[in-house]
Amino acid sequence: MGNTLLTVKNLHKEFDGKTILKSIDFEVIKGEVIVIIGPSGCGKSTLLRCLNGLEDIQGGEILIDDRKVISGSKDITAIRQKIGMVFQSYDLFPHKTILENIILAPMKVLKRKRSEVEAEATELLSRVGLADRKNDYPRQLSGGQKQRIAIVRSLIMHPEVLLLDEITAALDPEMVHEVLQVVLDLAKTGSTMLIVTHEMSFAKAIADRVLFLENGEIAEESSNPKEFFEAPKTERAKQFLKSFEY
Amino acid sequence: MWDNTMTIMMLEGIRDTIYMTVISTFFGYLIGLPIGIALTLTDKNGLRPNKAVYGVLDIIINITRSVPFLILLIVVMPLTKLIVGKSYGSTATIVPLTLAAAPFIGRMVESSLKEVNKGVIEAAVSMGAKTSTIVLKVLIGEARTSLIVGVTIVLGTVLGYSAMAGVVGGGGLGDIAIRYGYYRYNTPVMLVTLVFIVIIVQLMQYIGTFISKKTDHRNNH
Repeated sequence: MGNTLLTVKNLHKEFDGKTILKSIDFEVIKGEVIVIIGPSGCGKSTLLRCLNGLEDIQGGEILIDDRKVISGSKDITAIRQKIGMVFQSYDLFPHKTILENIILAPMKVLKRKRSEVEAEATELLSRVGLADRKNDYPRQLSGGQKQRIAIVRSLIMHPEVLLLDEITAALDPEMVHEVLQVVLDLAKTGSTMLIVTHEMSFAKAIADRVLFLENGEIAEESSNPKEFFEAPKTERAKQFLKSFEY
Repeated sequence: MWDNTMTIMMLEGIRDTIYMTVISTFFGYLIGLPIGIALTLTDKNGLRPNKAVYGVLDIIINITRSVPFLILLIVVMPLTKLIVGKSYGSTATIVPLTLAAAPFIGRMVESSLKEVNKGVIEAAVSMGAKTSTIVLKVLIGEARTSLIVGVTIVLGTVLGYSAMAGVVGGGGLGDIAIRYGYYRYNTPVMLVTLVFIVIIVQLMQYIGTFISKKTDHRNNH
């Protein structure tokens, strides 16, 4: 079955004695887009943060290319280079220009040549329609533009898998579309992604597989998103999806 | 009451004060900047939490900062003599000034670096950046406005300390103010030195604010 990129086995996460995630099992195949949904506080974001070692785990294991992800281990920085992450709050470096934001990691982490990285940055920027903004500072950009830059900043590292953590949650409604369009294009070009989102129609359109998380557990998993969103099997998922209707 | 020698003395005083302040601040940062970085990294929310290291540094800083500068000046005289060869004059004063400034600078640097948005640091971590890269490129780079304001504050504080060193013949404007203004009741000389001290502080403040605003890209101005 394809190439498994990422394996999560019996993942268990606690914080201050409180269980955040328990018995999480799933695999991600190259080119697959997995959408993780669930009510606030169900552990979706924590799950993503565990995957690149931003959070330590108390049980189970996470494998990327058969290498164990262990927060604080020696090769964690090498593993993180393979996993791109985009955050809700963009987290661009405010004192660096757009170009500097993008080329920092490839130059300082991957030690690539400046001229080469700049050329690639310019190309990626034009792909998201922001080539003319490369010498601006983040404050001069709208939220949607900042988020597109944050995506480019991740892409230039050529990650094997991209983690998107509620990337449209802080945006004005009219800017959500421009960001999601970029993500849809990425999915078309075969990027492997794990997406945490509250945009249900987007989730339905982009997902190859849906994980519904509740109380730190995978309550329902579906490889048929259309079916899941129209007729979920579990009562909990039904209730959750209902809350998006008016 | 005022003659040519007085003018020369005043000019030398200004020179010595600036010399002591700038050199001590420089050496203070050589010691204080690494301390501030270490405090930031080893803090419980830092990138390399380490209770023991943080605790030891914290205590050393608190102790050295609670010693009044005049006492420190006298206590370290043997060390001063060992390093400079004498315990009076402006060059000798640099030793206690540096020692007083370093822990203060450590705290200033710590508070500046901790202002850097946690999400931005996390973004750098998630890209696979090493701690050294994050310190140099993200922490210091993103905190620079605050760090520059810190330098301005440190310069003002060190200048104040340097004037205190006048009590034990430390050189500079403070020395003149004490010798003429206090011991000889020469009020005009004291007032003139005071004016110069105020002008120097104002100038440093002005330059510091100017540079920090120039390097700030977060807001419109």
